Amino acid sequence: MGYQFDWSLVLTGEYRDWLLDGFYLTLKISAVAGGCAMALGTLVAVLRLSRVKPLMWLSLAFTEFFRNTPLLVQIFFWYFGSEVLLPKSVNEWLYSMDFEFAAGTLALTVYSSAFIAEELRSGVFSIPKNQLEASRATGLSFLQAYRFVILPQAFRIVIPPLISQLLNLLKNSSLVMTIGVMELTYQARQVESFTFHGFESFTVATLMYLAVSLLVSFAITMYNKHFLHHLRY
Amino acid sequence: MAFIEINGLHKWFGSFHVLRGITEQVERGEVLVICGPSGSGKSTLIRCLNRLEEYQKGTVHFDGQDIHARGLDVNSLRAEIGIVFQQFNLYPHLTVLKNITLAPIKVRGTVRAEAEETALALLERVGIHDQAHKYPAELSGGQQQRVAIARALAMKPKALLFDEPTSALDPEMINEVLNVMKDLARDGMTMLCVTHEMGFAREVADRVIFMDAGEVVEQGPPSEFFTNPKHERTRMFLKEIL
Repeated sequence: MGYQFDWSLVLTGEYRDWLLDGFYLTLKISAVAGGCAMALGTLVAVLRLSRVKPLMWLSLAFTEFFRNTPLLVQIFFWYFGSEVLLPKSVNEWLYSMDFEFAAGTLALTVYSSAFIAEELRSGVFSIPKNQLEASRATGLSFLQAYRFVILPQAFRIVIPPLISQLLNLLKNSSLVMTIGVMELTYQARQVESFTFHGFESFTVATLMYLAVSLLVSFAITMYNKHFLHHLRY
Repeated sequence: MAFIEINGLHKWFGSFHVLRGITEQVERGEVLVICGPSGSGKSTLIRCLNRLEEYQKGTVHFDGQDIHARGLDVNSLRAEIGIVFQQFNLYPHLTVLKNITLAPIKVRGTVRAEAEETALALLERVGIHDQAHKYPAELSGGQQQRVAIARALAMKPKALLFDEPTSALDPEMINEVLNVMKDLARDGMTMLCVTHEMGFAREVADRVIFMDAGEVVEQGPPSEFFTNPKHERTRMFLKEIL
């Protein structure tokens, strides 16, 4: 007997709700981890730019370690490691919350922040030195020069790569299904196990990922068109 | 004391002795052209005057003030001396108008409307008032350099430094920048110009100095400097560039 497509199965009722719940959780974990990764990544980048040797080394070690080990291994590391590494009270608190979500968010945050730190650092470095010199020569102070001349340029340059890092994070978030976070990929798997209609459920999941990614990519393209074309030196 | 008084100036880049005891005086309203082979220290010399470069020995007085005096605010010194760079160095993320008004507003505290009025007048003066709302990347090299001059003038500086202002320009754009500079010179602006434009030097310079290997080898009014150079090194240099 051939495979019978049944789209209504995954587009209505309970299974549709599972997928929507998963989609919501994917957006949530991506947003939370994305926000935290931005903050942590900025901190790591600032440490690296600080010119204080021990801080630079710390930042360098952090970035190289987390960029160069597989994300899946890191997810398991935080998931199983927290029990061993963290004090009992913290663990109990975490279990009372949503432990899988917390471990998954932590893993995604740390991993993504290493990449974000590199993007930020290269953004500031990409501004030619003569921009600082030209602004200082008109009498602007160091801070004024950074505020009005250097950072606005670095920010414009760095936004598109930062957003693509956030898109990577969205896609990488599918890996946290391995520790039981019921996000979109997890739910698509669930629908498959219950219905044996894996093709339909994963098609819907794929389209959901694609829709968000394309929407954001489109936004970046528009951004580039409007703000980046002036930045030629 | 002269308006700009440079006394026994020495500078090293690491072990490289780039300025070897420069002593020069520039009077108010004087136009001084500094020429010499590349690596002779001419750019470094003018960059010492607004402390874009630090020097290790000697003194510089600007308008009676030791520029290295304790407690001197380097930002207020720089606000008094404009500089125009070889590579224009306009701010690419700001419009022409904002490039010009940034420092007057932030450093001098000028109100925006007034700063913009001045900026437009300056753009008119350098002949590109119709480009005020464009971004630097939309302008030609010659136009960008004229914006850079307007940006320097907007601070109402007491003196202007030019660091090879036409060296990065296509030949057909050199004159539009030189004409602006000539106009400034005739208006009585004190100017120190590092340039290879000997036609400009002949026409408007009060004095030309020739530098080689960190020293001033020869100096004099252009009429003498070009027709009757005393030193062999000057003669060889002039032969090569004329």
